[in-house]
Amino acid sequence: MDDIQIKKQSKQYDAIIVGSGAGGGMAAYVLANAGLKVCLLEAGPNYDPRENSSQLKNPWDSPRRGASTKFRPFGDFDGCYWGWEIDGEPYTQKGDSNWEWWRARMVGGRTNHWGRISLRFGPKDFKRRSIDGLGDDWPIGYEDVKPYYDKIDQLIGVFGTNEGLYNDPDGLFLPTPKPRLHELFIKKAAGNINIPVIPSRLSILTKKINKDREACFYCAQCGRSCKIYGDFSSSSVLVKPAVATGNVDLITNAMAREVLTDREGLATGVAYVNKMDMQEYQVFGRTVILAASACESARLMLNSKSSRYPNGIGNSSGIVGKYLHDSTGADMGGIIPELFDRKRYNEDGVGGMHVYTPWWLDNKKDKLDFPRGYHIEYGGGFGMPLYGFNWGIENLNGAYKIKGQQKEAGGYGASLKEDYRYFFGAHVGMAGRGEGIAREDSYCEIDPDVVDKYGIPVLRFNTHWSDYEINQAKHMKETFKEILHSMGAVVTWGGDDGPHNKYGLHNPGNIIHEAGTVRMGNDPKKSPLNKYSQSHDVKNLFCVDGGQFVSQADKNITWTILALSMRASEYIIGELKKQNI
Amino acid sequence: MDRRESLKALIIGGVSATVLLDACKQPVKETHKDAAKTPDQPDRMAEENLADKKVMDQPKFFTANEMATITLLGDIIIPKDAVSGSASDAKVPDFIEFIVKDMPEHQTPMRGGLRWLDLQCLKRFDKAFKDCSHTQQMEMVDEIAWPKKAKPEMHQGVSFFNLMRNLTATGFYTSEIGVKDVGYMGNTPNQWNGVPDDVLKQYNMAYTEKELKECVSFDKKA
Repeated sequence: MDDIQIKKQSKQYDAIIVGSGAGGGMAAYVLANAGLKVCLLEAGPNYDPRENSSQLKNPWDSPRRGASTKFRPFGDFDGCYWGWEIDGEPYTQKGDSNWEWWRARMVGGRTNHWGRISLRFGPKDFKRRSIDGLGDDWPIGYEDVKPYYDKIDQLIGVFGTNEGLYNDPDGLFLPTPKPRLHELFIKKAAGNINIPVIPSRLSILTKKINKDREACFYCAQCGRSCKIYGDFSSSSVLVKPAVATGNVDLITNAMAREVLTDREGLATGVAYVNKMDMQEYQVFGRTVILAASACESARLMLNSKSSRYPNGIGNSSGIVGKYLHDSTGADMGGIIPELFDRKRYNEDGVGGMHVYTPWWLDNKKDKLDFPRGYHIEYGGGFGMPLYGFNWGIENLNGAYKIKGQQKEAGGYGASLKEDYRYFFGAHVGMAGRGEGIAREDSYCEIDPDVVDKYGIPVLRFNTHWSDYEINQAKHMKETFKEILHSMGAVVTWGGDDGPHNKYGLHNPGNIIHEAGTVRMGNDPKKSPLNKYSQSHDVKNLFCVDGGQFVSQADKNITWTILALSMRASEYIIGELKKQNI
Repeated sequence: MDRRESLKALIIGGVSATVLLDACKQPVKETHKDAAKTPDQPDRMAEENLADKKVMDQPKFFTANEMATITLLGDIIIPKDAVSGSASDAKVPDFIEFIVKDMPEHQTPMRGGLRWLDLQCLKRFDKAFKDCSHTQQMEMVDEIAWPKKAKPEMHQGVSFFNLMRNLTATGFYTSEIGVKDVGYMGNTPNQWNGVPDDVLKQYNMAYTEKELKECVSFDKKA
């Protein structure tokens, strides 16, 4: 092995940011545009959707026809490097814990492939303890975050409609795309049983908003990342313009090891290993901003131990790693016989659903046996054929009359080819995504025995669902069945779940909304961060990713990560100016 | 560059589109060059390219006899018809050869299933499947192609034929021939203007006043 040296960079930055996803990208963007000097560390390689996206590739351009690999669990064309497993970077579980941890390693992080579902938290979402006595209230309310949601709507662009729903606040929206055919069916069917279906809210440009990004051209492939920057990825929308200011040094393939401190206990910088040359480096700055993902930021803090911080930096509360939680998730799919033998046309639309269902019930008034709600995402229609397409025809073609003729299941030949054509575009799917309760006994911690290939101690998870989440999944399944029934659809998958498998509730982590490990709060004994995402213990240390969340609502968390990161960044600029940090 | 031109550039596809798009953007300072990128596959990670190469460099999995049987079965499942070509026209056998290397879990069911089929044919017709007459082959296939009415002793064959049918279908309908056959018309820059009027009418659907007011719409003649 080569000699190990630690290379210290002499440049003193205003901020060292760890991670270039939604939280880190926004911090870099705000600070760089304010003229501050930023060092942005990213554990993966550079990534620019314009050059690196697989957008508009055909299924046959992939030898595996878009099937998933461990490098791309969402398929060969997906815009995210890595996922559930990374070579040389293990994580472990305590007991029968089964946390599934998604890790992106690339500039822009997982925003390169996300669903672009951009929902504001509502007033109730910040004060859940006051409503149902569970978890904790945030130290801030909707009114504190609203100005930032407004700014982000305008800066990044999001389509949607103002519906005047109290807990699904209105925004500054671009026009929405018209519903697709199956979405009209869903709207009608759900409407018949009093479940609202409204236009979705996605950060996709249905209109051009600035000179650097083009308007959407409706290829439905946001998950691959967009070559014309027609949707929001941190890489294209935040990091690229931040770097263009000349104020950001972007260091890729830099795996952060620990936060460095001085004698006074202030953060001085970050030590990292360069994955390309395997050498050790240190960079220094007036502030350190963690945005490595809820679990990676917690890991970094817990691994930053010193005699002054024996439990890890910023962790005098002992809370870092705790209250880890993910969205709940359960799904079901069916087929709509009325849509058999459909006329063909291009219905790609935007990347994702054009309509969705926000949470519509009141847990108390409707006497539900679980707290908190869920929203419903919908899919279906003429999707691009990819690996797995037309799999399992033997379960389908004997069950329905095809062009008036009852056939035997299975088969072969010209008659079979007719069947494949007959069923195309008739499937529909729905996914409930809800709020689980953040609990102290659901956590990640440092595994005392295991390190990754860089010698960095790894995380060990201990997370379990409670009956609240399981009951919620049961309710999702009942709702999906009702909607499918009302539509005249037949359930084709997800209909057999029950108590034996927690009603199909996905393992925690699977929905990829990790949050809560470095939560904010007014009490330094119960929360690592204050209401400005600033460490109670170390005033020049911040965390601006999902870690700071007290609870995560039944909303996808990205829009709130962006808003809180912008809010924290403006606070940092003010504090630096006042020389408070 | 205006939107129309940039769309055109994207239709051309690949590298040229990237270059054209690059030409109309502000140059951005690159602070880091990645060794992770290769010029031929700019969207792949270094680790991915390496893993793909490993799969591609493997020797052939199927023997010549096995491949002949796969080709015969594939073309029985997806023959040429009035609409499109056959599985072998769409190079489905090559896809199956690749996919069993990429997804090794298919290897034993495929190899074992092919052998099971040959043994059945040897017992019945004294020949391996590929050497049987067309009538004999179809007699054998009919024993395993219909899951609900197959005899119990044929169930292993049914499982194999299901897998063969599914691999063939997924390989065929993700090929250029198959995508055209099934009528997927997307994957091209366009303007989504909602469900076509005649289709709305067919299903007795209509957009609401609210939707028509709030949604993006494009000139239908454009």
